[in-house]
Amino acid sequence: MTEQELKIQEKKAAQHDGETTKSETYFAPHVDIFETDKEVTVIADVPGVTSEGLDLSLEDNVLTIQGHRLPPPHHGRLILEEYECGHYLRRFTVAETIDQNNIEASLVDGVLRVRLPKAGPAQPRKIEVNIG
Amino acid sequence: MAFIRFADRPAFRNPWAEFERIRQGLDELSRSYADKGKGQARANVYPALNIYEESDRLIVTAELPGVKVHDLELSVEGETLTIQGKRDSRQNDPGISYHRREIESGSFSRAIALPVKIDTEQVGAKLSNGILTITLMKASEVKPRQIKVTAE
Repeated sequence: MTEQELKIQEKKAAQHDGETTKSETYFAPHVDIFETDKEVTVIADVPGVTSEGLDLSLEDNVLTIQGHRLPPPHHGRLILEEYECGHYLRRFTVAETIDQNNIEASLVDGVLRVRLPKAGPAQPRKIEVNIG
Repeated sequence: MAFIRFADRPAFRNPWAEFERIRQGLDELSRSYADKGKGQARANVYPALNIYEESDRLIVTAELPGVKVHDLELSVEGETLTIQGKRDSRQNDPGISYHRREIESGSFSRAIALPVKIDTEQVGAKLSNGILTITLMKASEVKPRQIKVTAE
């Protein structure tokens, strides 16, 4: 197995729709999104966010992932700063019809996993053509 | 009487105008770098680290989402801290199609020279919610020592 070496991925700042009154830093978390015939799964890296700080919503086909993290509890002098701590925000427009009642989300090791089951079985429909 | 301010003169009457424009451009460039930097260092090797110093200890933090405790290996040798591990976010499910793929899988290894001598016997580390926090106590000879002043 060829092991790839992990690289530093730069954090991209995320913007709210309107301007916020508090000047807080928001980053767009890196995501994986994949689909099977039954569901759409969104995986997002949100290190530092606990389940209390997480806010998920699906409204008008827009999935919003918002994660608030507590400020780091250290009070010492910062002698090396290679990454910035910030909240997370990202929105997606979900093209599929989602069964809103059965959305499941889990948060493990700073990774959020949202399962969006598709509404109704996607059955191939045959259209018969009548020759008249 | 019409006043012509120095800066308002047409360029052919002020041969220095072009230099002034270049100087302003350079000022702006250096300012934008200074703002962006804010004392931040660029990490070249994963993971990016933040290091805090307290009077008796160093605290090293890193964001390691999706890394399991048993996939993480830490070691301290002298004044070098080594963080090694791997992350596997690949899905084994055969019938899936990706819409977006931004999360990488792979291994990482980073060694960092610590700025002070530390006590290698007293190193603590925890991984919670994808944040690794390593606490390293300073060696007793570099810890600040209170000196009592006695009056005679």
